[in-house]
Amino acid sequence: MQGRIHSLESFGTVDGPGVRFVVFVQGCPMRCAYCHNPDTWEMNGGTLMEPEYIIEQYERNVSFYKGGGITVTGGEPLMQVDFLIDLFTLAKKKGIHTCIDSSGIAYKPNGNPEWLAKLDKLMTLTDLVMLDIKHIDPEKHKELTSQPNEGILAFAAYLNEKNVDMWIRHVIVPGLTDDDEYLYKLGYFIGQFKNLKALDALPYHTMGENKYQKLGIEYKLKGVPAMEKKLLLEKKEVILEGIRKRRAEQQ
Amino acid sequence: MRPEWKDFVGGKWENEVNVRDFIQRNYHLYEGDDSFLAAPTQNTKDLWAQVLDLQKQEREAGGVLDMDTKVISTITSHGPGYLDKSKETIVGFQTDKPFKRSLQPYGGIRMAEKACSDNGYEVDPEISEFFSTHRKTHNAGCFDAYNQEMRACRSSHIITGLPDAYGRGRIIGDYRRVALYGIDYLIEDKQAQKDSTGRVMTDDVIRLREELSEQMVALKLMKEMAASYGCDISKPATNVQEAIQATYFGYLCAVKEQNGAAMSLGRTSTFLDCYAERDLANGTFTEEQIQEFVDHFIMKLRLIKFARTPEYNQIFAGDPVWVTESLGGVGVDGRPLVSKMSFRYLHTLTNLGPSPEPNLTVLWSTRLPENWKKYCAKMSIQTSSIQYENDDLMRVTHGDDYGIACCVSSMVIGKEMQFFGARANLAKCLLYALNGGVDEVTKKQVGPKYRPVEGDVLDYDDVYAKFMDMMEWQADVYVNTLNIIHYMHDKYCYERAEMALHDRDVKRYFATGVAGLSIVADSLSAIKYAKVEPIRDEDGVIVDFKTTGDFPKYGNDDDRVDLIAQEIVHKFMTAIRRHHTYRNGVPTTSILTITSNVTYGKATGNTPDGRKKGQPFAPGANPMHGRDTHGAVASLSSVSKLPFKDAQDGISNTFTIIPGALGKEDQVFAGDIELDLNK
Repeated sequence: MQGRIHSLESFGTVDGPGVRFVVFVQGCPMRCAYCHNPDTWEMNGGTLMEPEYIIEQYERNVSFYKGGGITVTGGEPLMQVDFLIDLFTLAKKKGIHTCIDSSGIAYKPNGNPEWLAKLDKLMTLTDLVMLDIKHIDPEKHKELTSQPNEGILAFAAYLNEKNVDMWIRHVIVPGLTDDDEYLYKLGYFIGQFKNLKALDALPYHTMGENKYQKLGIEYKLKGVPAMEKKLLLEKKEVILEGIRKRRAEQQ
Repeated sequence: MRPEWKDFVGGKWENEVNVRDFIQRNYHLYEGDDSFLAAPTQNTKDLWAQVLDLQKQEREAGGVLDMDTKVISTITSHGPGYLDKSKETIVGFQTDKPFKRSLQPYGGIRMAEKACSDNGYEVDPEISEFFSTHRKTHNAGCFDAYNQEMRACRSSHIITGLPDAYGRGRIIGDYRRVALYGIDYLIEDKQAQKDSTGRVMTDDVIRLREELSEQMVALKLMKEMAASYGCDISKPATNVQEAIQATYFGYLCAVKEQNGAAMSLGRTSTFLDCYAERDLANGTFTEEQIQEFVDHFIMKLRLIKFARTPEYNQIFAGDPVWVTESLGGVGVDGRPLVSKMSFRYLHTLTNLGPSPEPNLTVLWSTRLPENWKKYCAKMSIQTSSIQYENDDLMRVTHGDDYGIACCVSSMVIGKEMQFFGARANLAKCLLYALNGGVDEVTKKQVGPKYRPVEGDVLDYDDVYAKFMDMMEWQADVYVNTLNIIHYMHDKYCYERAEMALHDRDVKRYFATGVAGLSIVADSLSAIKYAKVEPIRDEDGVIVDFKTTGDFPKYGNDDDRVDLIAQEIVHKFMTAIRRHHTYRNGVPTTSILTITSNVTYGKATGNTPDGRKKGQPFAPGANPMHGRDTHGAVASLSSVSKLPFKDAQDGISNTFTIIPGALGKEDQVFAGDIELDLNK
């Protein structure tokens, strides 16, 4: 099945382990205030591509990807599960490390059984999921992204159950997602999962802002400063505290 | 065995000049980490503070602190010079004091005069008179022999940067020989070489005999020069300090007599480590002392300076010496050539701070020790001062004792040398093909009067065929111009000190180069895949283009255009190979205009790819700026398709990336939750 693709990046170094071939899919239901790829929101845009074509592009430069692999991000990859199954089936045949960078928004524990069966299948082909939890608090999450977070948190538990390695990503935005109480709660929540392999605290930056101008979309975070590194490290430590606490309790 | 060689493993090297054999039998592979490295001593700190102060003074004086205008620089022309004699463990300057630039008129008296006058100095009139009337220079020789066509090509810049008014450089003496054998043995060896030449006095034999005599003179002078510093280099070095000093003296003689476009050092670190290991084992020196010798050696290399003109500095983007030192690599037997000394050299970037000189170049292989790779990466991140080259690629051709001259030119140390050949402007050649040899800027008939392209739309097959014809012509003029240049350089500005540290029969590479490759590839692609309409001026000369539609651009891993680039390189090299080369030099070419791309751009008109007149070329083999839109790997892939066998003098790709795009800082992202939790 063809994928609806925004773009391909041949040299990804920040989206999973090693140097990676990164597939940006087109289409996302979330409207995160700080999204730096608003050009991937529209569900019907992008270019249709065959999975074979993407694998071919990867293999052309396979020597660059030692220790790396393919990451699908976007957009929201899980909006195109059929395509992902085809892509990763090919990838696994060739021994390529596969990674999905997702918000988890597509997951509903009691959703369409047919879709969930496909997800089960996809997870057998996936080496790593980078789950981007935008906010641990349901209300705040809705304010920030226009969507609820129950399914997202359930997705983390689902990945744990399926024993798929998970990295948690969390964008820290000054004044929006940097509240210590919530950060600690986030840590405490993810601390329960044994499939948690890494924490990627991402500093908010303003580099996406000009894309909004070009697209004629209002930028909700106008005037919010970028996250400083020193502060980021402090905030990350708060999340780590939460994880430590939960792990200590479980022992 | 000679007493100086005690404790070394003997072999062929004892009975013949064979530094590689010595290294292979004696070096200690080091696979550990950087924790053994020593901090700078107080003397090192003091000397470096003095250097920084002199650097400041030099900057404030407008870039030059002092120039010699009276004494012609030779190996022994200047008495000893010091920063602070009591603190220096490695000594020697080009003139009698640091930061004083020497006078080297043999390449060309006008260039020497201009280098002085542009910096507010004046060459002694007697010297000017002498080199204008009594002693011919390399530059004068070239212009005596050039024909009309060569002069026209030179001034229209279809052939550019020719070393006909300055030293060609790019020759690396095997300076290690001075340390390992001592001068007396090297002179004996040269005498034996001279005695072994043919008895029939052909031009070649006469020249060789004269050169060998010159080399012996240079060796004698080296000894004298060293003696003026209180050092005896007549015999082999007995410890690592003497070995470094002797190696440096060898190099110093080269830069006292040659103001070359690149004066590289070679591959000295693992050689010197053999001495360091012996001294550490015998308790002769401590690690701290050895690091001090290295720091002082590198400090000296940072202070090599030449008198140059602002125009020269413009071509080369600054005032580079290209003191390139090649580090690491892997031996043909599979053992990495990494030693503690390789670490000590890079450690000078910590002890003395980052610096572009000496140009520390790591010969990279996938099979280098992990700790060395990590240390190189760490030092690159900290200092941005390390160059990397592909040892796995070059070892196949050059074995495991080659070094890099300038930025990418590889040659076996002491056995191979290069005739540096600047470059042919391919972008201009394409425009000549369109205009039947008429220069698009000056409107003069420079190239042959071939039929220009006709019609309102450029036809790929027609343009390609015409371009091939014009390239044949360009290669012809180019090689023959270089033949004159190298003949005259050998005659009037011979590198006796460097060649004294070579074998008798050296392999000579006849280097050529190209500029504007990506412009030509994109232009041909535009003509093939889009619609390009030429715009002619009132004289009928094509001066601009109207391009409609999109076309594949070099730098995106797109074979439709990448293979055009590949083919041009091959065709150019084939054209070069057709010609007679001076002293049977083996022709090579390079794609590496990493600094002069701006100057070349200024002299070249509008091109069919959309580049405007005067706009810079892309450096080296780079895609044109902003046209590689598919990310770094795709861009690098396009470059890597260029054939090394047709560009054996090197392919360079200038690549800048913001640190954040290379990965995350380890503090921000450890990649492992356990690491984070246990911090």
